Amino acid sequence: MEAAFEHFRLWLAAFLTLGIFSFLYKDNPWYKLSEAIFVGISAGYWFVVLFWDNFFGKFWVGAGDYTMQWLASVFTGGESPSAEGVDLMLWIGAILGFLMLLRLIPKIGWLSRWPLAFIVGATAGLWLINYIASNVMVQVQATMVPLFSTVFGAGFDAGSGVIIGGLVIFLGTFSGLVYFFFSKAHTGAFGTTARVGVFFLMITFGASFGYTVMSRMSLLIGRIDYLLGDWLGMIK
Amino acid sequence: MKFQIFVTLLALSLSVSAQDTPADTNLIDTASDTSLVIVAPVTSLIAIDHNYDKGEIIDLRWVPSIDDQLLDGKVLGYNVYRIVNNGEPDLIAELPPSTTSFQDQDCHLDSVYSYYVAALSESFEANSNRTAPISTEREWLNFDRKWLFLIALIVGGSVILFITAARRGTKLFVRKIAGLEAVDDAVGRATEMGRPILFIPGIRDMDDVQTLAGLTILGRISRVIADYDTRIFMPTSRSLVMTAGRETIKAAYTAAGRPDKYSDDMVTYYTDEQFGYVAAVDGVMVREKPATVFLLGAFFAESLILAETGNYIGAIQIAGTARPAQLPFFIAACDFTLIGEELFAASAYLSGEPMQLGSLKGQDVGKAIAMVVIVAGVIAATIGEAWDVPFMHDVVGWLSGVFSTR
Repeated sequence: MEAAFEHFRLWLAAFLTLGIFSFLYKDNPWYKLSEAIFVGISAGYWFVVLFWDNFFGKFWVGAGDYTMQWLASVFTGGESPSAEGVDLMLWIGAILGFLMLLRLIPKIGWLSRWPLAFIVGATAGLWLINYIASNVMVQVQATMVPLFSTVFGAGFDAGSGVIIGGLVIFLGTFSGLVYFFFSKAHTGAFGTTARVGVFFLMITFGASFGYTVMSRMSLLIGRIDYLLGDWLGMIK
Repeated sequence: MKFQIFVTLLALSLSVSAQDTPADTNLIDTASDTSLVIVAPVTSLIAIDHNYDKGEIIDLRWVPSIDDQLLDGKVLGYNVYRIVNNGEPDLIAELPPSTTSFQDQDCHLDSVYSYYVAALSESFEANSNRTAPISTEREWLNFDRKWLFLIALIVGGSVILFITAARRGTKLFVRKIAGLEAVDDAVGRATEMGRPILFIPGIRDMDDVQTLAGLTILGRISRVIADYDTRIFMPTSRSLVMTAGRETIKAAYTAAGRPDKYSDDMVTYYTDEQFGYVAAVDGVMVREKPATVFLLGAFFAESLILAETGNYIGAIQIAGTARPAQLPFFIAACDFTLIGEELFAASAYLSGEPMQLGSLKGQDVGKAIAMVVIVAGVIAATIGEAWDVPFMHDVVGWLSGVFSTR
């Protein structure tokens, strides 16, 4: 029975993999079926994961269950539950989440904008500091490199490497900053420096392109390995 | 009498010493055993409450065992023991040789801690003196980050100044951004062709600033779409982004005087799963054949799949992301690409609103400061290195300290 199920799993996975690959030819019913199964199952999966991880795992365990027990103790006159490990701050998230659901009631649907406003405001505030710290301060600190080396000697030695490396870091960062400076038109010397910045960006993107394409190839190899190895058994 | 007092004091001091230094006890008891590899304990062990934390860290520092400082050092490592509220010692860390510090990050405000460190050989454990009892304190402000605060204050202050100036009517110049010049043309093309416009906001949630930037641009694009009476479709992979997208488009249609044209069906949710979402969006692309595709937000491995499908169906594509690894794919497959910072500048550029223009100008002040500091720092570092000028080394050190994020 288990072997039969394993066979069924292998064939189903291969069927769906080939269904997705069939999109390379053109849109077709096989692709549509695979797409619908993928989207439907993954949406359901994520709903279950988020429910058990966030609603139950965090809110209910951290605050909801305690609150219910506490309320029960208040109304029945029983003993208050232990507050160990309870974080009542989680109620803030729960209330904001509940407000989101009010979209379903058109008359008070506008209340769902509050949690959105909270998230947008908090995100902007948090990222402001993160960006200044990681994208500005760390970058500036790392760019203050000497364009000279005391180990400089004859030929292309370590000293030359230090100087060239320093120049690339300094020119790349400075000209890149000039390119992303929006308060001045890209004309004259400023424009020339911005063009140098674009060259640096494009060289970086080219290197990144090649690197990422190779990592995508490994994903393709993984799928082909599955089809030819696990499914068809042609690769041992 | 004097002799008796002296003897009493001597006995007392010896007993205190024996209590405080378990190391000595060990050494005396075991020194006669020649099979043991005896090592000296660490010295000068101190415990200090960590600065500018929430009261959960104590820093320990010590001078390593003398046997750890020799070439043929016999010390195999160090064990750190903690005594909480005068209880039993607990082993909290096993450290390699040559270690001279440790950070206990599991402290609580209401407890008193004492520590000792044991230097380990193959067969012997030499305990150090115990530290004096210490408790932690919580600091409200982190003065290690004062320069970050000052820089944030300068940039934030500049933003406020520029917003105020823009509101008073001062014209703020922003250079042309090529991709954004094409927005109106791209919407117009879709109108002429009678095909929809597809807006893809990336796959991250509302807690990603790129998604926020994408939605801000969506507001402006939706306004143009409402004016042109074209169709827009926005598939999302996050429920919150779907809600925010609906609000944004609805507001734009209302501002354009066409609230009746808005429909919730313009924005839909597929799945949180990255490639499930991609499969669905690719399907939409080849079936609906949108004339224009906007890819603005946070993208990952799906960037090329989406952009390439858009290219395949012949749509004009305007993309933008701040993720460097995905930008090459957009540049290769799209007609216009907003690179990094341009994505954040786009909304200000498109809207021309004082609030957003002021914000953009304020950010430029930050960049100008960065450029000046970089040039100054490089000059100082170069002179310092070339002519070994101590003052220049100091300047570089100071600047590095200012821009340190610790």
